[in-house]
Amino acid sequence: MAINLHTILFSLFAVVGLLAALLMILHRNPVYSAIFLIVTLFALAGFYVLLNAPFVAAVHIIVYAGAIMVLFLFVIMLLNLKRDPLRERGRMARRTIATVLVLILMVEIGVLIGASFFTTSSEAAGAAVGLAAADSAAVGSTTNIGRQLFTTYLLPFEIASLLLLVGIVGAVILAKRKLTT
Amino acid sequence: MPLGYYLVLSAILFGIGVAGVLLRRNAIVIFMSIELMLNAVNLTFVAFAAHLKNLEGQIFVFFVMVVAAAEVAVGLALIVAIFRLKETVFVDEINLMKW
Repeated sequence: MAINLHTILFSLFAVVGLLAALLMILHRNPVYSAIFLIVTLFALAGFYVLLNAPFVAAVHIIVYAGAIMVLFLFVIMLLNLKRDPLRERGRMARRTIATVLVLILMVEIGVLIGASFFTTSSEAAGAAVGLAAADSAAVGSTTNIGRQLFTTYLLPFEIASLLLLVGIVGAVILAKRKLTT
Repeated sequence: MPLGYYLVLSAILFGIGVAGVLLRRNAIVIFMSIELMLNAVNLTFVAFAAHLKNLEGQIFVFFVMVVAAAEVAVGLALIVAIFRLKETVFVDEINLMKW
């Protein structure tokens, strides 16, 4: 694998993204967890740019960092959450079970990926993705995505807007009043 | 950059998300871990879209984002409602279907 700009940026984003994701699940304060998740999301946006998907990267930043994480931080501050208490029952047992389960999952995924993309020495493993070929840069352009969304995927697009409407109404109704017991 | 590197990275991010759901007790952090898993799958979609020179992966990512946004709105409203009722967001203290 030749050292080029793509490789360097990939390594940088990978290290930042993985570290921030780990810190997110390990930090005791939910506000810091949310901020580390935002760092991970920015690293992911970097990957999208590397993969010639500038529209997805922009929407990702706007929707996740701009809307979803603000909502998360707003709810955390609204509920005035403290740090997780240190003492809890069955902490070690749960950590052991979680670690074992995640390790099993990672081995499964690793075997699948290794079987399909690393052992085959043909073009599947050798072909590079996201290089600045002229055609692949044009594929992910906003124009093409917009055309596809409003022609081939028009019905899913409209259903998505309906889903968002239902989500808004549901959120307002759920959060509005005190649930009576 | 071979496709396999993106797939491995995405798998590790997904695994971190699963670990977060299993390890944490705070419902909001569990929710953030679910978001992380959704994003790991999105990365796989975009990597395959670039690999196959096909737009459909990116369009699917668009719809995943729509579903994630709706899910976050409803889920956080649920957490707020539960907090008003039970004064806690720790999932091991919310273990009764009726009270």
